[in-house]
Amino acid sequence: MDFGFWLFQTLNALQLSMLLFLLSVGLTVIFGLMHFVNLAHGALYAVGAYVAATVAGTVGYWAGLITAPLVVAELGLLLYWLLIRRMRQSGPMAQVLVTFGLIFVLLDLTRIVWGDIALGIEVPQALAGRIEIGGVTYPVYRLFIIALGAAIFAALALVLARTQIGAMIRAGVDNDKMAACLGINVERLFLAVFCVGCGLAGLAGAVAAPILSVTPDMGLQILIPTLIVVVIGGLGSLWGAMAGSLIFGFVQTFGAVLLPGLASVLIYALLAAVLILRPAGMFPARG
Amino acid sequence: MKDKLIGVLAGLCAGGLAVQAAAEEIKVGLLLPYSGVYAALGNDIEAGFRLGLQTFAPETQASFAIVTEDTEVKPPVGLAKARKLVLDDQVDVIAGVVSSGVLGAIRDFVHGSGVPLIVANAGNDEATGEQCSPYITRMSFSNRQVNRPMGDWLHAQGVQKVFTIAPDYAAGRQMIGGFVEGFAAAGGDVVGQEYTPFQKTQDFGPYLAKAKASGADAVYAFYAGGEAISFVKQYDSFGLKAAMPLYGAGFLTSPLYVEAEGPAAEGVIAALHYVPTIDNPANAAFVAAYKAETGRMPSEYAVQGYDAARALVVASATGAADREGLARALAQVSFDGPRGTTAIDPATNNIVQPIYVYETVAGDGGLTQKVVAELPAEADPANGCTLSTTN
Repeated sequence: MDFGFWLFQTLNALQLSMLLFLLSVGLTVIFGLMHFVNLAHGALYAVGAYVAATVAGTVGYWAGLITAPLVVAELGLLLYWLLIRRMRQSGPMAQVLVTFGLIFVLLDLTRIVWGDIALGIEVPQALAGRIEIGGVTYPVYRLFIIALGAAIFAALALVLARTQIGAMIRAGVDNDKMAACLGINVERLFLAVFCVGCGLAGLAGAVAAPILSVTPDMGLQILIPTLIVVVIGGLGSLWGAMAGSLIFGFVQTFGAVLLPGLASVLIYALLAAVLILRPAGMFPARG
Repeated sequence: MKDKLIGVLAGLCAGGLAVQAAAEEIKVGLLLPYSGVYAALGNDIEAGFRLGLQTFAPETQASFAIVTEDTEVKPPVGLAKARKLVLDDQVDVIAGVVSSGVLGAIRDFVHGSGVPLIVANAGNDEATGEQCSPYITRMSFSNRQVNRPMGDWLHAQGVQKVFTIAPDYAAGRQMIGGFVEGFAAAGGDVVGQEYTPFQKTQDFGPYLAKAKASGADAVYAFYAGGEAISFVKQYDSFGLKAAMPLYGAGFLTSPLYVEAEGPAAEGVIAALHYVPTIDNPANAAFVAAYKAETGRMPSEYAVQGYDAARALVVASATGAADREGLARALAQVSFDGPRGTTAIDPATNNIVQPIYVYETVAGDGGLTQKVVAELPAEADPANGCTLSTTN
């Protein structure tokens, strides 16, 4: 258990965090902006992975990585027009039920389209293999996930802090009624954010596909970790999603190393602690 | 209590009816998961079962009718469906059951109502140990049976120190327990063990780093389905395969999903009761017929369904057609099938079969299984099962 071992585990934790960040950032901003709970977010991640696996099998990995977010964003658009728009005024309980039902609809649709047998795709040639950093050899593809997560975070942070649309989103999260009074079309803003969030879920699925197995229930498996990240980080905030992801990734990874018997309990204990001490999460978007 | 009474009464009535129907028709209830995480397994078992009936039915006077029910891999659902099959459909025999959890849930009902059950997958050791029943015959495998001989074999290959890893649930612990029993008895040393949260582990990186740091000669693993794919791919991506060869229970690289693992699975050596490349005439016929029917290679799940159907045919060929008679006849079944000589051990009603050590290698049309060794069939110890004394 030398320095190399800990560096290795730190990279593992970062990789898991970044994957969760891609998923949770969409969910949390949708949640923060419109108080809309989209439980089907995990199912969209699974669809992304399947689309990526299909395209990667015929055209190539990079085409899959680009196609998956676009297809899932389109799917988000479809869901918005068919369902979510009607559900906007119906209160959180109805929304939770509808999107919960949507999980199973999407799950069975993926089963019908792609079958029950798990799929897998190979890591692209350019990212295959391992490189040496600080005395440990680490898979290049995992470093790519870390870099991609960090890049998306930087891009979103920039858009939110420095652009007009970012200011509109922040205004919408802070006080949507006031934002609407000031002439911001909050509904259209919501649609845009919703599609981007869905696209990021699709991207996460495409990125995860080469290291995980692509199965119909992968969306269900990732949903709980994603919700934990959102709750720990605080609803609606980009920084919260990042902080929550990092906390989850590190607690999960180092929990597995240091307290293997408690690995699956630790994160729930932390969740309970956060809910008691800071019910709004670590970095809530509004005061 | 009331349910039980009704069950017994219904069982009696159905038994009476079945005697009259004797030579004509045996009604089979297939209790399998068609949704949930094991849906692919359920479909494979059903395909194998139907093929088995079709192939061997001419050997018996009886004809067969099949009713299918979906357990959804949920124990309460499995129990409700088992009741429906027995009480409403009045089946003469139930076959299937993939999850050990479902098997545990329906065990008492099946035992109490006296309906023979041919287990076509669930491998929990208790089902043919302390929980055994004259009505429950297992044509698949037991967790211990698949792994124990591998411990002995692996030590004989010069592996002194292993690190074991498996999901943290009953089957994972029984598989690893069986292996460790054999490996330790042969004089090997287990230098580290990890049990990962079942179906909650997506990233095996933290555990693989521990395996690497343990100084073991090799890693012995059990995973199945989606977890197996993630595990094998991640094991390879960290570059562990070259330094520490990966061994395991054969579900790790099952032909059902090994293509999804890709080159990462090459060189993994695992033990299983069936691979499609076993060299015997019965298997050649089975593989050809299964491929013609489904277009894919049969998995161990398919052969379990196929042999379950064959066991039923063999049992009914003795003249048994009612529940009681079929249960007795099933416990005597023995034949040379795709897995070699397969027989039911009357002491536990568990199958006795050879175990095959195989290596996953690149073949012409993708990955294939190269049989490295055939380990002799070994009956499980009775483990608290008292069938032989009560019979």
